[in-house]
Amino acid sequence: MTSSPGVRPAAVTARGWGWRHAGRPRPAVSGLDLDIRPGERVLLLGPSGAGKSTLLHALAGVLGDSTAGEAGDAEESDETGSLLIDGAVPRAQRGRAGLVQQDPETQVVLSRLGDDVAFGAENLSVPAGEIWPRVREALDDVGLGWLPLDHPTSALSGGQKQRLALAGILAMRPGLLLLDEPTANLDPAGVLEVRDAVGRCLDKTGATLVVVEHRVAVWKDLVDRIVVLQPGSATDSAVLIDGPPDQVLAEARDMLIGAGVWVPGYVPATRTRTAPASGQLLLSSDALAVSRERPRRAGLRQGFRTIAPRPVQSGVMARVRAGEALTITGQNGSGKSTLALTLAGLLRPVAGTVSATTELSGCADRRVGDGAGTDPYRWKAQQLIARIGTVFQEPEHQFVTGRVHDELMFGPRHLGYGEDRVDELLERLRLTELVDANPYTLSGGEKRRLSVATVLAAHPQVLVLDEPTFGQDANTWAELASFLSELLDAGTAVVSVTHDAEFSAVLGGTELRLHGRDAAGSGAVNAAVNAAGPDRELPEAAAS
Amino acid sequence: MRDELSVRGNHALLTRANPLAKFTAVTMVTLVLALSIDWVSASVALAFELMLLPLAGLTVALLWQRGWPLILAAALGGWSTAILAPDAGAVLFDAGIWSISAGSLQLGIGFMLRGLAIALPAVLLMSCTDPTDLADALAQNAKLPHRFVLGTLAAMRLVGIMAEQWQTIGMARRARGVGSSGNPYQRFRATMGQSFGLLVQAIRSASRLAVTMEARGFGGAARTWARPSTFSGLDAWVLLGGLGIAAAAVAAALGAGTWNLVFLTRQ
Repeated sequence: MTSSPGVRPAAVTARGWGWRHAGRPRPAVSGLDLDIRPGERVLLLGPSGAGKSTLLHALAGVLGDSTAGEAGDAEESDETGSLLIDGAVPRAQRGRAGLVQQDPETQVVLSRLGDDVAFGAENLSVPAGEIWPRVREALDDVGLGWLPLDHPTSALSGGQKQRLALAGILAMRPGLLLLDEPTANLDPAGVLEVRDAVGRCLDKTGATLVVVEHRVAVWKDLVDRIVVLQPGSATDSAVLIDGPPDQVLAEARDMLIGAGVWVPGYVPATRTRTAPASGQLLLSSDALAVSRERPRRAGLRQGFRTIAPRPVQSGVMARVRAGEALTITGQNGSGKSTLALTLAGLLRPVAGTVSATTELSGCADRRVGDGAGTDPYRWKAQQLIARIGTVFQEPEHQFVTGRVHDELMFGPRHLGYGEDRVDELLERLRLTELVDANPYTLSGGEKRRLSVATVLAAHPQVLVLDEPTFGQDANTWAELASFLSELLDAGTAVVSVTHDAEFSAVLGGTELRLHGRDAAGSGAVNAAVNAAGPDRELPEAAAS
Repeated sequence: MRDELSVRGNHALLTRANPLAKFTAVTMVTLVLALSIDWVSASVALAFELMLLPLAGLTVALLWQRGWPLILAAALGGWSTAILAPDAGAVLFDAGIWSISAGSLQLGIGFMLRGLAIALPAVLLMSCTDPTDLADALAQNAKLPHRFVLGTLAAMRLVGIMAEQWQTIGMARRARGVGSSGNPYQRFRATMGQSFGLLVQAIRSASRLAVTMEARGFGGAARTWARPSTFSGLDAWVLLGGLGIAAAAVAAALGAGTWNLVFLTRQ
């Protein structure tokens, strides 16, 4: 079909390679010696800060200008040793390596499916006549061939967007595929979609693969080598362990577990609940319909009346009880997060009610207890945070100050509380050392712990969490699960949106399963949660 | 790109014209109208433009939906001109410093019609033009630098994402106790904080998108185009149409004696 030569797998050679980002005191990688043969498939592991992403960015030829401004320092970034693809510098070989990153939203460049896939090939000056056959082939390879070429990219799911990014790379015919935690932001179905698409493409093209991922179970059978990196230092080699997957996992199992890697067959130990009895009713919803859209005004002809948005989910009856966990599950697009945010008093119900019992709204011992009605959406922000705390999926959205300690004191200060709870939370969530740090500079796991602590500092009786385990390493995962089970035993209600069956098993309680929006009469009601089966999904690790 | 900017499902005639031809035609009409404040040239142009709505796949309802801020702005501009312009002729309405006379009313109506006649072609253009095709035409036919054009196009996609982020950040901050209630100063501060949060997220998204584009070979001196932007006979008609509307507007105003060059009149 095409006259172009097939894919020529690339070889990678690193000799004493190191990189220090501009304005950072320590190098991200140093003393790296590594040889990857053409066609080899390598899984790159290592603790946060071992420089895995830096290595991938260097191989993709995008290190330098684009990252230099980030630290806000005039200092130049610094490279030592050599890192070569087929014996030449990556930057000089546009299109030899293709990179897929973590965030699906910023992997899409153009608004039509076909145009987006063609973008890379156009930039490489592939003759126009050859581009469209390449685009169709790439879309077929990633399993998106059934969509029309003018399909809007904004209508794709997260897993589809990542496969689209992969197709955009494949159309460039790279000899080296670089995947930087491509499935960290995806639900379990999306993870498998992307993994399988990668496998098919590698089998077909024979390209070299370097993938960074903490979910070893997902990639183990697809790779033929695991390389474990360690944080850069002057004396030690950057490569800690290197070998076939089974051998590395057997030899370095304990070390990997210690570093928070999700090793197959290992579930981190967590605290077991001691008082799983449920307490008083705090919050309930009846015939609730939810949507993120706001009501809009009709045009002149309809007399400017209010048009309610089309709900993504309706007829939901939920009961939130003290000391009881409620897990909201369901497929992508079934409105799980929207429901949680509505229960949390952050979105206005489209229809039906969310009402707090006097147990929650009264809060006799709270200083801001007076005057709160039964509808959480109508509460003032301060009344709300003293009763219902919400932890968002992206911790950065909730940061309101420039220092960890101020961040924790923000709620209590506004509510007139003392500092005692804050110190306890700092201690409990291992943030004591970081009190003076800027929240934005923390690692993924630290950001998650901080966002939970800041919300809890206001003493809410109900805690709502949106995908709290997404992107978390095994250590943070275990800490979070244990801490929440403690809170539950102490009488806090925990509502969580999650795909993580292992996590909901630790918390116990009930499950609210939402059906897709097209299902007729999806009246979801709390049902008893099943114990986690053997086919549970493993959460993944933090971005490094 | 959000739905408002997509022409998917629109099969009207003008969607097949080259965006650069449409852009040029719109520029001709707009330029002529910008030259003179008079109601004759504006109403002639407006009449032609309204006749073109079906060719662009627009209905009056859709036009209102997409262009209402511009339409309201034109009406408001006309109203304030009618009130504030120096009186001439019979006074129709008087309330102290606000008065409407025959002369100022005429000026006000002219101003409003002109605003509509200038705004409408832009709405027409965007209704029947996909931004990607416009970028293709600007880079390939008008020879604008492709790095700039494609960079802008990719950035436009982020605007839609930012609208969603604004809502999310607003909720996330309410969940931290930053409310949009209280006195105006407190509300102003809350909005500033939310804007800062959005700015941080926008910069993060932009730098990630830049890495994505660079990793796909963007930024080189030469590139090929998968979608060649070409001209057809239709484009000649589009250009002629634009020229015709502009000429008809000028001719009518000159004939009626209302032609009134902006930069020559009393200020």
